[in-house]
Amino acid sequence: MAQLTFDQAKVWRFGADIDTDVLAPGAYMKHNIDVIAQHCLESVRPEFASHVNPGDVLVAGPNFGIGSSREQAAGALVHLGVRAVIAPSFSGLFFRNAFNLGLLLLTCEQALLLQEGDAVRFDGQNLYRTEGDVLPCAGIPDFLMDMVQAGGLLNLLKQQTATR
Amino acid sequence: MNAPQTLAQKLIAKAAGLSHVNVGDVVTCEVDLAMFHDSSGPRRLKPMLDELGAKLWDPNKVVLVLDHYVPAIDPDAQRIVQITRDTARTWALPNVIDSEGICHVVLPERGHLKPGMFCVGGDSHSPTGGAFGAYMFGIGATEMLGVVVTGKIWVQVPRTLRMQWNGKLQQGVSAKDMMLHMIGKFGMNGGQYQAIEFSGPAVMALSMQERMTLSNMSAELGAQAGLIAADEVTLQYLQQVGVSDTLLKDATRWQSDEGAACEAYFFDANALSPQVAAPHSPANTQAVGAFHNTAIDMAYIGACTGAKLEDLRAAAQVLKGHKVSAGVQLMVAPASARDQAQAEAEGVMQVLRDAGAQVLPNTCGACAGYGATFAENTTVISSTARNFKGRMGPASVQVYLASPWTVAASALRGHISDVREML
Repeated sequence: MAQLTFDQAKVWRFGADIDTDVLAPGAYMKHNIDVIAQHCLESVRPEFASHVNPGDVLVAGPNFGIGSSREQAAGALVHLGVRAVIAPSFSGLFFRNAFNLGLLLLTCEQALLLQEGDAVRFDGQNLYRTEGDVLPCAGIPDFLMDMVQAGGLLNLLKQQTATR
Repeated sequence: MNAPQTLAQKLIAKAAGLSHVNVGDVVTCEVDLAMFHDSSGPRRLKPMLDELGAKLWDPNKVVLVLDHYVPAIDPDAQRIVQITRDTARTWALPNVIDSEGICHVVLPERGHLKPGMFCVGGDSHSPTGGAFGAYMFGIGATEMLGVVVTGKIWVQVPRTLRMQWNGKLQQGVSAKDMMLHMIGKFGMNGGQYQAIEFSGPAVMALSMQERMTLSNMSAELGAQAGLIAADEVTLQYLQQVGVSDTLLKDATRWQSDEGAACEAYFFDANALSPQVAAPHSPANTQAVGAFHNTAIDMAYIGACTGAKLEDLRAAAQVLKGHKVSAGVQLMVAPASARDQAQAEAEGVMQVLRDAGAQVLPNTCGACAGYGATFAENTTVISSTARNFKGRMGPASVQVYLASPWTVAASALRGHISDVREML
């Protein structure tokens, strides 16, 4: 069971229009997620995959996840232990994929007020910077939060199969 | 009395078993058809399905296409293709299209899409199906698992953005130019995951394959679906590919109601110049004149959005009787085997070869970036869908997107050129 809140999460900050091909480069798509994850975001920040720690969060500009339907774009972040992605807007297709894989996406207009290395807290509704100021986030429907809590659609389907 | 409904609302309401739906409602829809390919399909789905101990909800509603990793050029690709073929046998899939073209082109070509359907595809360019008046959108492999186990999927009823094109396109200006222009105007997420409906005389004057190019690149606009209401052109295409008249008898009733709420945008087709998107985003679009004298090393005609029969014909019309400029390499990957065979019969393929084109297999090829791609520092003009940094080769590769007309014209001159000067 994944927690729906987090605290003291370290921020990695990225720009706008981070696309699926940057998150999961095509040249590695024939491999399993552990290999793809090693190359996640390497064309914009080569050190990311080797230095990110489980529980860290990504903060990015608008249109995060544009491009392909390849869910490995979200899967690579999950594999690396990224707790959430915080951005003013996401690609709709990436948004579905992320929740289906149990990755929390927070749509936050003021995302870019957060800086590299900041520590952030999420109480299930809003984000807070260490200094205490609030960054409001768009509401997430319960059925998507259930997906995050279950660790993704596969786990949810397993639970449903087990209770049947 | 219900408020007037858009085409998108009607298609979703039907799939959800409701008389009408409201924008913003989250509803569960029955899926009429699920398409997936060798990359998004069995290699990802089978292990998860086995883990669940579940079965496909209805193999007759599944179409599997091998187009991303064929022809297999290395052991990893061979392994993926083998898993795909083995699984197709294990699941006894009745509809498998293997190495005969790109999924979004072969799906309608084999008569799988009809107005009124609700479909999902394991590929981002799945909105192509919208050209046939079907609600179709792309999903990832895990969500596809949900579909193949339950036969259902949720959607949030979208707003409709109506793109109304009035007037008539000039000779040498095509659906790709319309689309690049719209992506340049609205940006790659401008569609906000809503439904687009293309309409107006300049849209309805397009052939089915040109309409498919519009719907296809709704993905680059960030829309969930890109719809075009069915008309006589749609019916004629579907009859030609063998869809029975009984299945088409109420096809043209799938239209937006008069007065249905939507955001409308208006465009003048007469005034549209050929468009080019500069590296590294389809949204970096300007009229072709802005790129005059940009030298190219490679001209690539390929992909679901840029190498269908009509695209090949357009390129041949420009290249007929000429050779590509010295130092420029022209590559053509026809989008389907049937389109290539027809182009062969019409002499179109011979014109392309005579001009110096190297003909590649009927697959996604360099557009997907999964196999052979372009070499370091190559400048490419390409009829494909995406020019993200690093997608079609190393980060140093510069990809300009344009119509097949513009790609062919640029191949002839060795630099980005306005095809209208040559027609």
